[in-house]
Parts: sequence; C-alpha cells; structure tokens
Amino acid sequence: MINLKKIIVITGHYGSGKTNVSANLALHLAEFGSVSIIDLDVVNPYFRAADLRCTAEGDCSDAARFFSEKGVSIVASKYANSSLDIPALGFAVTGAIKTSDYTVIDVGGDDEGAKALGRYLDILSPEQTDMFYVVNMYRYHTQKPQEALDLLRDIETVSGLKCTGIINNSHLCTQTTPETITASLPYAEEIAKQAGVPLVFTTGNRELNCKNVNFPIDILVKPIWV
Amino acid sequence: MEKILMKGNEACAEAAIRAGCKCYFGYPITPQNEITAYMSKHLPKIDGGVFVQAESEIGAINMIYGCAGSGSRCMTSSSSPGISLKSEGISYIVGADLPCVIVNVQRGGPGLGTIQPSQADYWQATKAIGHGDMRIPILAPASAQEMVDMTLKAFRIAEEYRTPVMILADGLLGQMMEPVSFDNKSLPEADSSWAANGHANSRPKNTINSLYLDPLELEQKIKERFKRYEQITEKEVGAVYDKGAKIVVAAYGSTARVARSAVDKARAEGINAGLFRPQTLWPFPKKQLIEATENAKVVLVTEMSMGQMVDDVKMSLEFKLPVQFFGRTGGFVPNPDEILTKIKELEVSDNA
Repeated sequence: MINLKKIIVITGHYGSGKTNVSANLALHLAEFGSVSIIDLDVVNPYFRAADLRCTAEGDCSDAARFFSEKGVSIVASKYANSSLDIPALGFAVTGAIKTSDYTVIDVGGDDEGAKALGRYLDILSPEQTDMFYVVNMYRYHTQKPQEALDLLRDIETVSGLKCTGIINNSHLCTQTTPETITASLPYAEEIAKQAGVPLVFTTGNRELNCKNVNFPIDILVKPIWV
Repeated sequence: MEKILMKGNEACAEAAIRAGCKCYFGYPITPQNEITAYMSKHLPKIDGGVFVQAESEIGAINMIYGCAGSGSRCMTSSSSPGISLKSEGISYIVGADLPCVIVNVQRGGPGLGTIQPSQADYWQATKAIGHGDMRIPILAPASAQEMVDMTLKAFRIAEEYRTPVMILADGLLGQMMEPVSFDNKSLPEADSSWAANGHANSRPKNTINSLYLDPLELEQKIKERFKRYEQITEKEVGAVYDKGAKIVVAAYGSTARVARSAVDKARAEGINAGLFRPQTLWPFPKKQLIEATENAKVVLVTEMSMGQMVDDVKMSLEFKLPVQFFGRTGGFVPNPDEILTKIKELEVSDNA
C-alpha cells in the first residue's frame, strides 16, 4: 500500500474529482483497517460522498451497497442533499477520526470548500494528517500548473493546513483515453515540483489499462446513465 | 478542438460571455449558482462587462428589462422558484419586444420544493411563462456541450426575433461535468436602432413600453408578434431522433440521457425501440415527432415530472397513437432500468 497517515484530507479545485478519488482511496485503505469517509463538502449539492450513503429507510444505490459491504462508513450531515443542506457535522467527525484506523476527509472545492477544515484544525495534527491536492489538467481554471498552484496557496491559507502531496486525477470523463492521462504527467510533475511535495499517484479508470497510472480507480461518482 | 471539463452551469456562463453577453443580473439559488458565481468572477473583467447581484429575483428581471431596452446583450439565470418571481418581468419584456436570455436550471417544486433536479416547470415554460397573449422560445439542452451551443443560439434567436429566450435545463445538467469545446465565433452586433440608448438629438427618440391603452394598437402589436412566432415555429424548431422504431421513447434534457441508455439496452435485447429528443419545447417539434413515429405502435414519454410533456406529444400526433407515461418527480432522476422495464412491458402489451 501507499504509505499514508491516519487522516487523509482531500482538497482540490471544484470538480477536479475529489469525491471519486476519496471513495477509491477509502476502498483501498479498507483492506488494511477500518475506514470512514467524511463528506465535508459545504459547496456542492450534487455528486458528493453523501450520495454513497444508504438512506435511513435502507435504500442503497449500487455504490452505497458496495461501500457498506466493504465496511467503509460514510459520515455526512443528515441534512446533506436535502433542502436544508447546511454544514452541520459537529461531533460525528471527531468520533469517526478517533474510532477509525483511517479517515478520508472529502473537502468541498476551492478555498471556499476548504474553509470548513478550520473548524477541525485542533484534531488535524500534522503528525497524523496528510493533505493531498487533487489536480486535473482538463478542468477549466486549473489547466496550467501556475493556476493550480495559485489555488493551492489559497486552499492552504484558509484551511491552515500544508499540502503534503499531489494526486494527478487528470481525465475527460467518458472521453478519457490512455493518451489523455499520459499527456498530463509533465503538468502534475511540475505542480509537485513547484509545491515542493511528492506526486503521490496518478489515477485512471481501471478499464483503460494505462501504463502511466499507478493508482487505478473505479468510477463510482457519475451520472445515473453512465 | 481543445476540450475542457466544465459543469453545465459553468459552460453556459462561459458560452454567454463568448457570445458577447455584456450584462448579467441575478440572484443566487441552488442548483444554478455556478452561473452567477462564474459571471461575478469573469464578466467584470471584459470590456464593458457588468455583473450585479440584484436584491431579489424581481429586481434582477427588471434590470434585464432596462438593460435589454438599451440594446445591450444581457442574461439572467435562476431556478424554479426564482423563475416564478421573474414571471411578471418576463411578460413586460415580451410586451416591449426586447431580446434577452433567461436560464432556468430546474429543481423540484411546487413551493420551495427541493434542490434536487426536476423537469416540473415544462408547463410554466411552454404555456404560462407570463400573463398575456405570449410565448417565448424554450431550448432544452441535454449535455454540457449543448449548454454551450444553445446559449449561443438563444442570443441569436432573441435578437433576430426580439424576444426573450429561455434555456430550460435541470439541476443534473447544471451540476454535472462533461468535456466541452468552444468555437470562437461570437455573435455579430445586432441591430439596435430601436433601443433607448440616448438619441443625442440626432434621431427621433425610441420608447420602450408595454402599455397600449388603445385596444386596436395592442391587437395589432400582438398579431405582429404572432407572425414572428410563426417564423420561429417554422425555422427554429429542433429535435434529434431515431427513425423506424416500434416503441418511441420521448424525453428531453437529462432524462433523455437516461432514456438513451434504456433504449440502447432494449435494442441490445432485440426490441425495436428508439429515442425522440426535442431540443426545443416551444415550438414543439411536431413534424419531427410524426416522422420519428411513422412505424410506431406506442410512444412512451419519460420526464422528471408527473407527465407535463404528454399533452404536447398527444396533440402533435393528433391522438393517432397511444401515449404512455413513466416519470419520477420530487427530485428523483429515473434510472435506465426503470425505463427499460416500462419498454419491455410495452413490447409484450397488446393494447399498447
């Protein structure tokens, strides 16, 4: 496995693929211990980790059933995806971190989303926390390394946390090819170099069999028709 | 052409800027906020660009009324409850023959409803978007790329026929991410010789008005407007569809994406199903539907509503074919298997 700390904070540009990366990372970690995903997304009402949860009535999407079978618990506001979608996580976060071997925190996009981390700074000690920055070369606003680095600086400023690694999640949804991913490597390496942190891994849809992908993922967060 | 990943909402906003939209007035509401946020970041950076977060939806639509009256290319966006609030202003803009683009990224209703996706504003958009003898063209995108293409088209139609044009999207289209590309064509400057933008004593003054106390004058105005509606019905109607299917599934917007999956699965199982997807909801693509159903024994309408498009389908077919309905509402998106099950039921049903 990748050498990871107990708490992994996933940040990045709005729409870079943080939730899908978080979900895959949690499934990977579930092979080594108990895992919680915390949906700390206060920005986005759709396509978020809370969608991977079963409802109180026991209705589960395929992805949600998969997670519960693997023993990954999903911590999200009980109001998530409702009309009263307010960031009300409170004590559940602290509890999940204390009782799980690993906790993946899926943060909302940009510096706006990263603000929510400030609330939990006292438990996110540098010794036990990694903060990874997810980048996608094909996403508007972060197509150039400098744009991605500017946003990273904003995220670090508001969150009070320092980035400890870059995750290259460059893709074009269903139009991604192995070449799409390969073309993004110099971009991701440049961001890691400039930020002074390692490129933790490059993701890619498992089905593409791209040789430059060292963390193959399943596409768990997607529209219903894909 | 270079592809970038954008949310439907962002793609719409960027397309508007590239089309030459200079002014945006809006009020925040989920699930369309990315349009407002994008405009607030990017519109002030362009030459002559104006972004105002209005004090209310009503404020925003009346800013559009004034701005459009001055001949500036302008846009507003909202989601269902906000569109209801804009309704009076939209009618005034129609009454004054002004071009503008209005985006509705639908959520569930009535009332505050839900922030989850919906298509329950079909009736409002196509039949009752404002009081009075009026229509406005309603474009129905089904992908982030169509959010781009139809935004450009909306401005073109608005200016050519001097009417508001609505892009009727839904929360799922607004929020989901897809690769898009932009061609760099912007719209040519429209004729604005009618605009109230300062005559400087060098031409007769222009008046922007929707009040006609003389019935004869108002009737003539409306009849002239309906002549333009005939042209729109003739020239701007759009649909994409399969031909020759026995079971035709009719759906627009993101439900059409789900229906496409269901139809493809049905075909893989040997069922002769096809998809009919209107790209304009008013005008409704009647001729295209007739062509798509030449071989059909039944039409299945699917929507994220209780079946608001069903009547338009029935009337377009002049009640000659049975029309069935399957939908989800309240913020649910139908899944491909639900629609596939319905197609299979119709396949074996004698009275379909």
